[in-house]
Formats: sequence, structure tokens, C-alpha cells
Amino acid sequence: MHQFIAFVRKEVYHILRDRKTLLVLIGMPIIQIILFGFAMSNEVKNTTVYVLDQSKDNLSQKLIEEVNASRYFDIIGTLDDTNQPDEVLRSGKAKLALIIPPSFSSDLQHGNDATIQLITDGSNPNLAATINTYIAAITRDFRNNNLGEFKLPYTINIAVRMLYNPQLKGAYTFVPGVIAMVLMIICVLMTSVSIVKEKELGNMEMLLVSPTNPLVVIISKAVPYFILSLIIISIILIMSTYILNIPIRGSILLLYAVASIFIIAALSLGLVISTLTNSQQVAMMISLMGMMLPTIMFGGFMFPIENMPLPLQFISNIVPAKWFYYCINDIMIKGLGWKAVWQEVTILLGFAILFITISFKKFDIRLT
Amino acid sequence: MTNQISIHTDKLTKKFGDFTAVDAITFDVYKGEIFGFLGANGAGKTTAMRMLTGLSKPTSGKAIVAGYDVYSHPEEVKKRIGYMSQKFSLYTDLKVKENIEFYGGIYGLTKSEIKIESDRLLERLGFADEANTMVSELPLGWKQKLAFSISLIHKPDIVFLDEPTGGVDPVTRRQFWQMIYEAADEGYTIFVTTHYMDEAEYCHRVAIMVDGKIKAIGTPTELKTEYKADNMDSVFYQLARNAIRSDN
Repeated sequence: MHQFIAFVRKEVYHILRDRKTLLVLIGMPIIQIILFGFAMSNEVKNTTVYVLDQSKDNLSQKLIEEVNASRYFDIIGTLDDTNQPDEVLRSGKAKLALIIPPSFSSDLQHGNDATIQLITDGSNPNLAATINTYIAAITRDFRNNNLGEFKLPYTINIAVRMLYNPQLKGAYTFVPGVIAMVLMIICVLMTSVSIVKEKELGNMEMLLVSPTNPLVVIISKAVPYFILSLIIISIILIMSTYILNIPIRGSILLLYAVASIFIIAALSLGLVISTLTNSQQVAMMISLMGMMLPTIMFGGFMFPIENMPLPLQFISNIVPAKWFYYCINDIMIKGLGWKAVWQEVTILLGFAILFITISFKKFDIRLT
Repeated sequence: MTNQISIHTDKLTKKFGDFTAVDAITFDVYKGEIFGFLGANGAGKTTAMRMLTGLSKPTSGKAIVAGYDVYSHPEEVKKRIGYMSQKFSLYTDLKVKENIEFYGGIYGLTKSEIKIESDRLLERLGFADEANTMVSELPLGWKQKLAFSISLIHKPDIVFLDEPTGGVDPVTRRQFWQMIYEAADEGYTIFVTTHYMDEAEYCHRVAIMVDGKIKAIGTPTELKTEYKADNMDSVFYQLARNAIRSDN
């Protein structure tokens, strides 16, 4: 026990004395939450629009007003020539040119069938598609409000309800993602580097010559990072609740329990990496390229796994972060309980046991 | 020095594949003795020491250290030995006091024992004012003295020093050897590897390793007489001249 306390205290000193690293570890999730929460969002807001209104009457004016009133669009100018839309799009002034033809009102009133033209900047296809959908929705509302319900012979009305994230906020997917990513960095990278550092500086020999059980060395390395990880999760959760207004719908206890399992898996993965190499640089490279990249690629929060080709979907199964992300998403956003996540938790537990076994086997008492 | 044996090896051998790093070395080290282990880089002295400290498994042969077989009772051996390596083994981002507390802790000393040992150690080294200094701020010579003192904190029977004076100026080296003498007088057995031949003169007895074998063993005076040499440098040169494995 004396040994264990001495070790843990030493690790805490290491972590606290390395101010820069500590600042990065705590600053990184804060900046990511702010970035993902505010800057990075899939929503299209304040799209710049130029209007070419050739109809120039009550109805066309109403439509334009409705577009402008939407928070997604800002009408920043009007055009009067059919050649101009091309110019404003090319110069980047507008993302969208809305053209209302001269016959708009009369077609609508007499033929019940009018056409408007949208010219969008297709260089960003996702953006263009989103803009089109928004305009379509606005025009549908416009039609219903101004011309009354149409009695078409056959209609299917789609009543859409987005569960769990009704406003389709991007932050809902990013917060669990940031948690997964940050834990991966702290646990895998920091543990592997800190152990390899001891080897590189020759301190590890000193420890192995001492009567300390290698298990004590390993566990006492892991404990401070475990606590640090929990602190950082708490920071992320507090920020997401109070700054991004994303409530934690499920059980916080379950959330922390699942996170603890993931942290243990990640810490043991860091230990495994530390047994593979004696150089801090190599350990860092393996952790970053070998762990971070798959976490981002296959974690499920950046790129939907359902859209990937089958072989990649298969690979994604061996990325622990994916299962963790699913769990956190279920608990935090959907508010589901133990029954919904037990499979993912079991898989994470399996990863943890596997990595612990490998690292204990490899971290031998004798060096050669 | 007594006739009590601290280290005994019998045909101790270490092979890495086809390469025999240490080839059936047999020797005894007595309690309170300063035993020098000499050899060029690659002669096998570090490998031999690693086997004696339990860091490396012998391929064959036997080593008894502090009364226990290293291979079958490594834990008993580890409690009774101290170690200081050529690579610096203190934590530079810890204070002097914290390093002492840490190493005291891993050797199972209680808090009060650590306090007593730590005060005594700092006083002896004249480091009392430096207790709260970061080790990274100490001069190299000081660090090595501190590392040596810390390797004795749990009062081991034997201390293994792996090229302890590497990179240190001659004056500090002399001071360091002064500490080694004091420790030997107190009854500690000192097993030290070095490739400084002037340091070999300070040892009570030396073993010279060439190509994994012990080519000569005895007191510096005995060896100088045997090889009709004025100094250990010349003895070593005569023995190592025909070495297959060497830097030159």
C-alpha cells in the first residue's frame, strides 16, 4: 500500500507539473465543445439571397417577404436582369438566386400551377440541397396560407416528428463524439507516452529492480489519468448542459459507469502500446494514427457508419469508440436506460478485459 | 571486508540467439567489498549486471545474490539490493525531497522511516537547503550523489552501480568514490561497472570481461604484478587487445 500511494503521488506530481500538457488536456475539450457547438453545425443559417422579381405584384412580394422572414435566408439585394444571377453567384455574393417569372401570379391564380426558379451554388452540394429543401418548405407554407387547402384527388401528407433532437442541432451528435475523442486522447496517448518516457529515461529499470510488483506500477499509472478523465467528462457535460443547452436525458450514474468502462479499456490500450515501443515519438505516432484516426473515422459521430461500404462497416466494429459513442448517445440524447445499452456495454467490457489481459501479459517483470 | 559471500555466480550465461553475451562467468563477491566489473562497451558487463539484479533471465548457470537464487527468488533478492544506472534514474520534475519519498515508498518504508532517512540523507550530502529544489535544477554531480544515496535508502546488502560516473568531471568523480568508500566501510557490498581504468584502481578487487568471459580477476595490485604493468590501463590493454567485440 505504501508503494501504491508513493506511485500515485508521483504520477500526480508528473501531471500537475507538466502545465502545458495539462492545459492542453483541459483546454482541448472546452475549445472543441465551443467549436462544435457553435461554429460547426449542419444547419444552414443566413444564406445570402438575391431576388429577381419579374412578376412584381402582391403575391410575389408576399413570397419574397416570407423567404426574407425565415431565419435561414437573408435577402441582400434585388436583380433586374436575367444575366445577373450568374454574376452574383460567381462572385460569391449570393448562395442562392430566386427568380420569380413575370407570369407567376396569373399562372397561380388561373392555372393553379406556377413555377419559380432557384439557382443555387452547387459547389457545396450538401449546402445546396439543404437550401432547396428549405425554400420548398417555405413555398409550400406560402401556398397553403395564401390559396387555401388544395383539394387534390390523392394526397399523402407526411407528418414529420424528429425525436430526441427536434431542432436537428448539430451539437447533439458532437458532444458525445467529443467525449469519446477526448477520452481516447487522454487515456491512450497520455498513458502510453508517460510509461514509455520512464523507459526512455531509464527510470523503468530502477522500478523493475525494486521489489515493486509490476502490477502496482501499471495500476498507479492508470489511476490519476482515470480521475483526470472523469473530471474532463464532467467539464464537457456541464458545458453542454449550460452553454449548449443539451440536457442529459438519461441516468448520469449510468453515463459515468459506461464512461468508466471505456476509460479502463482505453487506458489498457495505452499500456499495450507502451509495451510495443521504447520511444516516446513512436508511442505518440501509434496512439495518434492508430487510435485517433479510427476513432474519428469509425466513431460514428463524424461520418455515419450506415453509409460506409460493407468492409469498412465491418472494421468499425473493432473500434471501441464506436460502441461508446452509441452508448453515450442513447443515454444522453435519447434518455434510454440500461436495457437499451447493455449490448454495447458488454462489448466495451470485452474490449477492456482483452486489453487488460494483453497489457498484463506483455508488461513482464523481467525486461528481456 | 569479511569472508561472507554476497554474490556468488556459477557458470552464469546469457545467450541472445546465437550470440553469447555472457559466457559462463563464475566469481564471488564478499561482503563490504568494492568489486569492479571492467570491460569495453559490448563486453557483456551490463548484461551480467542485469542478470544479477533480476532484470534479465540467465540462459543457464546460477547466481546467488544476498543469499537467494536470483532466478527462483527474485523478490527476496530485490528487497536486498540497491541499484543506480548509468542512465539517470531520478525524476527531474520532482523535488529532491519528493524523489526521496518516492523511492522510500516503493521500498516499503513507512512515512516516519522515510522522514528519518530523508533528513539524515540530506544532512549527510549537505543538501538540507535543497530539499525543495527540482532535481532538474541540480548539477549533474549532485544528482549522481543523490541517486547513490537514494539507492541506499532501504539499507540493502548490495548496491549495483552501472557506470555511475559517466559524464562527470574528475573532481566530482573523486567525491563520488569517497561516498562509495564510506558506504563500503559501513558494510555495504558495492558492485560497480566502469570503463574508466583509473576507477579500477579504487576497487578492492576487479574482474575484467572480454568478449563475455572473465579474463582476469583479482586485486588491482595482483593484476598489475601478474601482467607486469604500471597501471590498470595497461593490464586492460593487454587483455582486451585481442577482443573480437569492441568499439574499435
